[in-house]
Amino acid sequence: MKILVNGAWRETASAELAAALEELGYGGAVVTTALNGEFVAARARERTPLADGDRVEVLAPMQGG
Amino acid sequence: MLQLYGTRLTSRLLLGSARYPSPAVLAEAVRASAAQVVTVSLRRESAGERAGQGFWSLIRELDVRVLPNTAGCHTVKEAVTTAHMAREVFGTPWIKLEVIGEDDTLQPDVFGLTEAARVLTGEGFEVFPYTTEDLVVAERLLEAGCRVLMPWGAPIGSGRGLNNLFGLAALRAHFPEVPLIIDAGLGVPSHAAQALELGFDAVLVNTAIAQARDPVQMAHAFAQAVTAGHAGRLAGPIAARDMAAPSTPVIGTAFRS
Repeated sequence: MKILVNGAWRETASAELAAALEELGYGGAVVTTALNGEFVAARARERTPLADGDRVEVLAPMQGG
Repeated sequence: MLQLYGTRLTSRLLLGSARYPSPAVLAEAVRASAAQVVTVSLRRESAGERAGQGFWSLIRELDVRVLPNTAGCHTVKEAVTTAHMAREVFGTPWIKLEVIGEDDTLQPDVFGLTEAARVLTGEGFEVFPYTTEDLVVAERLLEAGCRVLMPWGAPIGSGRGLNNLFGLAALRAHFPEVPLIIDAGLGVPSHAAQALELGFDAVLVNTAIAQARDPVQMAHAFAQAVTAGHAGRLAGPIAARDMAAPSTPVIGTAFRS
């Protein structure tokens, strides 16, 4: 299925958010996630199913003022 | 000593971490500033570059308290979701709440701000709202559960200093017990000194230091200005007056009959 990851369409074979993050190359990274605008806690990623067209945000610490 | 949500701080200078020429200069500037609180943010992470991972390692090595912001959020929903995400990644209930209402001035949307503040304090966040000097908004933010306010000096990154001295002085006078931190718009160390002389508890500086020709030296200069301004406030400044008052005693002046 196709999901929108950080604004770019990506193909994924993963059914859940946690697996998709691994598949997309985020394994081991300090990131925080949202699905369709809703925060998904790290512990909930394994039981968060993905559907075609989902919007996923993967954010990490960054410089800020 | 400055106390923010129960955390005691010896430094009254909070530092932003953006727009430095390099991570190494940022690290050195943080040390030169003696700041104990550094603001951070969240951005989209590329799986390939993993830029955020290196930045986070750098910040952790600095042994400072982080204050995550919700920069770039224009709605209550965005700001609240970003706050949840920041709490997870940074492991702190502190959140510098920004809800931007206008893109030219990056002026806060004070209506959205108070609404988001109410939601977040209800969820246990310790909210640092980026606001204006408006007294009524300040009152609403306190009612919403904020225990610190961060009024702007001038638009973010403008370097104009304290734009509305009267309004800021009124804010200080109205809320003598609330920690007030001037956030945004300072350009030179004297602006920071002026803020502390006015009775503000601290200042948050980013662009003025990060974009200076020598950010490390500027960080040091701001640290000194904040210390001087605070000491001046404690020492009790004289009231300004319109006419001259001779400082040299006039009794016994020669050649006068």
